[in-house]
Amino acid sequence: MIRIEDIRKSFGEVEVLKGITTTFNPGQTSLIIGSSGSGKTVMVKCMVGLFEVTSGRVMYGDDNFSTMSKNERKVIRQQIGMLFQGSALFDSMTTEENIRFPLDMFTNLTAGEKMHRVNFCLERVGLTGSNAKYPSEISGGMMKRVGIARSIVLEPKYLFCDEPNSGLDPKTSITIDQLITEITRENNITTIINTHDMNSVMEMGDQVTFLNKGIKEWEGSKEEILHSDNEFLNEFIFASKFLQELRDA
Amino acid sequence: MVGQVFARPQKWAMYWRETMRQMNDIGIGSLMIVSIIALFIGAVTAVQFAYQLETSFIPKFYIGFILRDSIIIEMAPTLSALMLAGKVGSNIASELGSMRSSEQIDALDIMGVNTISYLVGPKVIASLCMFPVLVTIAAGLGIFGGYMATVGTGIPPSDYIRGLSYWFMPFNVTLMLVKAVVFAFIVSTVSCYQGYYVKGGALEIARASTRAVVNSSIMILIADFLIAKLML
Repeated sequence: MIRIEDIRKSFGEVEVLKGITTTFNPGQTSLIIGSSGSGKTVMVKCMVGLFEVTSGRVMYGDDNFSTMSKNERKVIRQQIGMLFQGSALFDSMTTEENIRFPLDMFTNLTAGEKMHRVNFCLERVGLTGSNAKYPSEISGGMMKRVGIARSIVLEPKYLFCDEPNSGLDPKTSITIDQLITEITRENNITTIINTHDMNSVMEMGDQVTFLNKGIKEWEGSKEEILHSDNEFLNEFIFASKFLQELRDA
Repeated sequence: MVGQVFARPQKWAMYWRETMRQMNDIGIGSLMIVSIIALFIGAVTAVQFAYQLETSFIPKFYIGFILRDSIIIEMAPTLSALMLAGKVGSNIASELGSMRSSEQIDALDIMGVNTISYLVGPKVIASLCMFPVLVTIAAGLGIFGGYMATVGTGIPPSDYIRGLSYWFMPFNVTLMLVKAVVFAFIVSTVSCYQGYYVKGGALEIARASTRAVVNSSIMILIADFLIAKLML
């Protein structure tokens, strides 16, 4: 479980996060939604420690991540997997080497055991046999899958996904969403997804947190989101004419 | 940053592998260009010395003597380092810059990898190891280039060789290696700094790469002067 308590983040005079409190539970896909500039990415980066919070606490279980030393954070970070918007695969490494990297760096497994784990992860994301390909040789959707495989190779307790569907076609997007949901359920992972894709919200939003200008404006499930009377949330969800007509029908 | 570069590695095998990869990129990858430049610099310098000595009473074997010392003390380390600042420095800055902008460094950070130690350390160590090797090769080839050039100027090769062995001071080789190590440290750290802290996209990476080359070159020339002042 991850709990954030009244976190605030400022860049100079500009306060981007204005006191957000919420809890993310294991075995659930929790989505953070909001328009561009609402503070989604900053919130996720504060949670994983890429940004330091100006005030407030980020709790991983009972551990206060915000006040941890670098070495203490390393222990937590090895329980975190992260899928980046652009996949962030290492260009100079093959698919297999990318996925094996965390195993090489943090475990003492034998070469055979590592190979077995890498192949298991590749199979899990539907990329069996793609071991020798470089990131430049595979499609955007495949890169996301490799990113997922790399983020789960150490069997993390926490999975963060930053706009996992950006740049993907609708069909591939659904495949990625389903993959993340299945992996979350199978391994009881606390999964936090930062997105503005409404298809993803309706596909996998066990818990949805809506941010507006750095404030938590609304929180609920995918079933509740379409019936909310929150003005800002409705503006965000029904931005397109098609969805407005669908709602009115 | 420098303190973290030499922090204790999290996994020696990974750091070793990365250092070897960098040694290959920096050393083998730069060998051809360093060799070509050294050969021609040696040849041109020899031809010009021969031209200047043509009407003087200075013995012709002095060409070998002057060329040897100027190559060892100044040309091999400084020109090679300036050339490597362009090739290796811009390569390092753009590699780290693109890793930063494509979030690869963030990915490593989140995994718990000490990114400065893992990404910068091997580059600095590889530079410190390979620059002296490249500079030594450049010195040898520069002198050889001079020999090849004097053959065509009517100076007997035996005179050139006599000049090479005339009043040789081993200290000059030490000076050359000291310069190589100092220049390696400058090029690698300045370039890593510029690349690692890039903010932005392609334009910023290009600017960081340019800054790496320009700043390294200026610092090499300042360091060259200071070393000469201190050691000679």
